[in-house]
Amino acid sequence: MATPKEPRPYIDPYLAGALLGVVLFLSFFVTGGGLGASAALSRVQTGLLDLFAAGHVDRVAYFAEMAGGTRNPWLHYSVYMLAGTLVGGLASGLWNRRVKLETRGGPRVPKALRWALAFAGGVIMAYGARFARGCTSGQALSGGAVLSVGSWAFMFSIFASGYAVAWFARRLWT
Amino acid sequence: MAPFDLATLGNLAYALVFGALGFGFGAALEMGGFGDTRKLAGQFYLRDLTVLKTMFTAIVVAAVLIFLASGLGVLDLGRVYVNPTYLWPGIVGGLIMGVGFVIGGFCPGTSLVAAATLKVDGILFVAGALTGVWLFGESVSSFDTFWLSSYMGRFTLPDWLGLSVGTTLVLVVLMALAMFWAAERIEARFAPVPAPVPPRRRALRRAGAGTLAAVALVVAARGQPSPDERWARSSRLQEQVRDRAIFVHPAEVVALRKDVSLQIDVLDLRSEHDFNLFHVGGARRVDPAALETPEELKRLRDRPPSSVVFLVSNDEDRALTAWRRLVAQGVGNLYVVEGGVNRWLELYPAPACVAERATAAAPEEPRWRLAYATGASLPSAWPELASSREFRVPCEDPMSHAPGEHGERWPAHAYAKRVKLQTKAAVKGGCG
Repeated sequence: MATPKEPRPYIDPYLAGALLGVVLFLSFFVTGGGLGASAALSRVQTGLLDLFAAGHVDRVAYFAEMAGGTRNPWLHYSVYMLAGTLVGGLASGLWNRRVKLETRGGPRVPKALRWALAFAGGVIMAYGARFARGCTSGQALSGGAVLSVGSWAFMFSIFASGYAVAWFARRLWT
Repeated sequence: MAPFDLATLGNLAYALVFGALGFGFGAALEMGGFGDTRKLAGQFYLRDLTVLKTMFTAIVVAAVLIFLASGLGVLDLGRVYVNPTYLWPGIVGGLIMGVGFVIGGFCPGTSLVAAATLKVDGILFVAGALTGVWLFGESVSSFDTFWLSSYMGRFTLPDWLGLSVGTTLVLVVLMALAMFWAAERIEARFAPVPAPVPPRRRALRRAGAGTLAAVALVVAARGQPSPDERWARSSRLQEQVRDRAIFVHPAEVVALRKDVSLQIDVLDLRSEHDFNLFHVGGARRVDPAALETPEELKRLRDRPPSSVVFLVSNDEDRALTAWRRLVAQGVGNLYVVEGGVNRWLELYPAPACVAERATAAAPEEPRWRLAYATGASLPSAWPELASSREFRVPCEDPMSHAPGEHGERWPAHAYAKRVKLQTKAAVKGGCG
């Protein structure tokens, strides 16, 4: 048993996968659709932009579809799911004593660089996710489970590109 | 499908359902260690293959459960959202994401979990992701030709491989198990601190793998329900027929044809002979059997949400039979013209010198005898245009001398609106 201050160990990766698979199945069973995160991020971003530049949102077709005119970008199932994901992550983190303000990264990377790279990676990742019409959850997991050809092609292209870049970025992580 | 209909829930309950699913999603990710960027990045340096193991386990477990539920008839696959394939944009997006993954150390879903457990890098990744989606929205219009290219609609691995769903499922499960076996070997070799797996856990993993493969085999052996079985199980569809909710009055068809924001198609299921004698303007003739070829089914399923298809036969029976089979196979926005062509000609009669009423016709026989093959040349074929377009009519048409109030050829028929556009599948994937 771990001492009270120490975080509990992570569960077996296959068990985590099985749990995730059951949640994914329930999502399809109850709602007819899978899980996801990037669509919600897009809506949150459009909602924030709508507060400052409603006219601009109305003029750009991609944003107008979510928040043009009187449309409310916040009242959307993906945003509810995003809120749930945050709460679920927090709950599990609290239970397993892993909620702690800290920065994690490769052993040789100073904090400021890690922060800059995390931000830059977020920009690239989200751009790619919208390009592919879904992130690793919405496209790879959800589409993969219903055997969509595009989702499987997408999944292998993430891994291929990741391995291709990993060698050049090895100082960041090892 | 679900034991309840999402559309009937109140707003709060609706939000709670999705919130609960998100909760499970976030909690499972966090428990598996996906909030730790080092664990995620380890995947690309072969030290820690948790990402691959967890992700593919999730996919195959969900896939086996989904097709098991569909095989048992409790989940209607036709109503499940399958991410449409846009092949090349998907591949390019994946290549971009691979770069972002290695640089940033998260993907969007996992960064949320990291942020929720107060990892500063996770919070900054989320901030970056919000910037990234903004940049995409600003720039997509400059390359939307490519972004909308290589669209293949609802295109699944079984369609591509030409195998049954069950066989594909077994192959996918076997592939995943082979990958897990390889992943364990790779980790044993490259992990900086090899973590031996306790025997009990090893036995549990083997049992899990065996169960998964066995269930996949059972799903494959049982097969997926045929259209007729799906029909028999769907009380929702049977109710629609009983309530006559799918039979549309010809006048509504005519009214919808005037709506430029909709694409209205009429599929005529009668013989070529009857079709040539008279058909609704713009109708396409198709044999009921030809409707169920994979190509035709795919075309019907992948139609844009603003399109409606009407099936028509001389009466209703033949169109209804085709309707049942198509709807059971996931075709949406599909209706039957009430009373068929016989009723149509009653409401929008052809000139008396061309058509005369035949007596005592059997069901699905034409009740009008036409003097020659009029095709779609009579005003009756285009009631929505009849007052604005010149038709060459072979004889004196008594109706044209007695126009209605606004010069219409026929009185405005009253009808109850039946067409309800399904604008989209109930829910697209979270990333739709």
